[in-house]
Amino acid sequence: MKRLFAMLAGLLFATVATAQEMAPDVLVRTVSNDVLEIVRKDKDIQAGSTRKAVELAEVKVLPHFDFAHMTRLAVGKDWRKATPEQQKILVDEFRTLLVRTYSKAFIEYRNHEIEFKPLKMQPADTDVLVRSVVKQPGGKPVQIDYNLDKTDRGWKVYDISVAGVSLVTNYRSSFAQEVSAGGIEGLIASLRAKNKGSEAAVAANKQ
Amino acid sequence: MLAGAMAGLLGGCATAGDAHDPIEGFNRGVFAFNEGLDKAVIQPAAKGYEAVLPTVVRTGVSNFYGNIADLFIGVNSLLQGKPADAVTDAARFIFNSTFGIAGIFDVASEMGLEKHEEDFGQTFGRWGAEPGPYLVLPVFGPRDVRDAAGLLLDLSADPAGNLDHIPTRNTLSAVRLISERATLLPADKIIEEAALDKYSYVRDAYLQRRRSLVFDGRPPREPDAE
Repeated sequence: MKRLFAMLAGLLFATVATAQEMAPDVLVRTVSNDVLEIVRKDKDIQAGSTRKAVELAEVKVLPHFDFAHMTRLAVGKDWRKATPEQQKILVDEFRTLLVRTYSKAFIEYRNHEIEFKPLKMQPADTDVLVRSVVKQPGGKPVQIDYNLDKTDRGWKVYDISVAGVSLVTNYRSSFAQEVSAGGIEGLIASLRAKNKGSEAAVAANKQ
Repeated sequence: MLAGAMAGLLGGCATAGDAHDPIEGFNRGVFAFNEGLDKAVIQPAAKGYEAVLPTVVRTGVSNFYGNIADLFIGVNSLLQGKPADAVTDAARFIFNSTFGIAGIFDVASEMGLEKHEEDFGQTFGRWGAEPGPYLVLPVFGPRDVRDAAGLLLDLSADPAGNLDHIPTRNTLSAVRLISERATLLPADKIIEEAALDKYSYVRDAYLQRRRSLVFDGRPPREPDAE
């Protein structure tokens, strides 16, 4: 058991280490192919276990996401009104919400084929767009784009858009609405309530 | 009814709403009506459709309508000054109508002829028309003023909707609606998971999506107000 754990930790470390040097398009492609492969094999995830999908995302996907950046983008100009503690809570709550949404999307679209477009990138670029297309049988292809920027911890995703709709900036006006109605605390309360509600739904689903 | 609409309008003014959505109160009313209709009729029909028919058949149905649409996509590509796209669209229609047996098989995509997504609303956008205020239309759902005008043209040019034989026309339109709704079933669950307020989530997604389409999937990134 201990040996297995050490081996797993070693593997994880190896993936993280190589990810730092990986080109952004290779990174996104590798991660999404790995995840899809697991999703397609995992019976629990296919049966709709959001908890299991979230666990998978935590290990495989989330290390490559920059949630602080995402939250800043979604909160927009109200970000500066938040105290550092509030900012930290906002990042945590928004992270939970995004992870759930993203995991759900992966489950729903697991049987579809993903095609990555060639990346146009200069060596000096620090902000790139990785484009992919999900082909659904009997439906129009759906464009999925990843915005990444180069940090000292490697390339990190800071926005994902599906069919031209950004999962991050799509919250901007509803967040602004929450802040104007109840201040930063109001926004935090709404996010918490939303995340709690989803948890309850997941718990009910498991029976 | 009118009083309700007026109250809705006033309600919309009272909240510190979105600049794109001046009649939010009214729109929310129509949105709730559409949601009710969807839950009661359209979504169950789409679920049944998905449960009963195998993927091959559903793909065939969707391809059939997609083929008719290609003709009008071609017209719009031309109107938007994209003749190369228009040629592709026309070639798609010709190959799929013949080798693809009335459009049931999308042989053109297999030949590498890419499908485009164009409509009159996008054409107006390409010509420089502003989207205008956001509207929620009964049954048709989210639009902006520009797309609502486009929708009128889309409908008047729609071959299935203009057939003289009423039962055929109604059947074709209903099947198309259900087929399109079925492809959106996965999105339902994602929106439920994602949205703090479904109305504004759908509105903002619609506005972003249309903006993206007008720029053919490559809109300039909006300034990040940080």
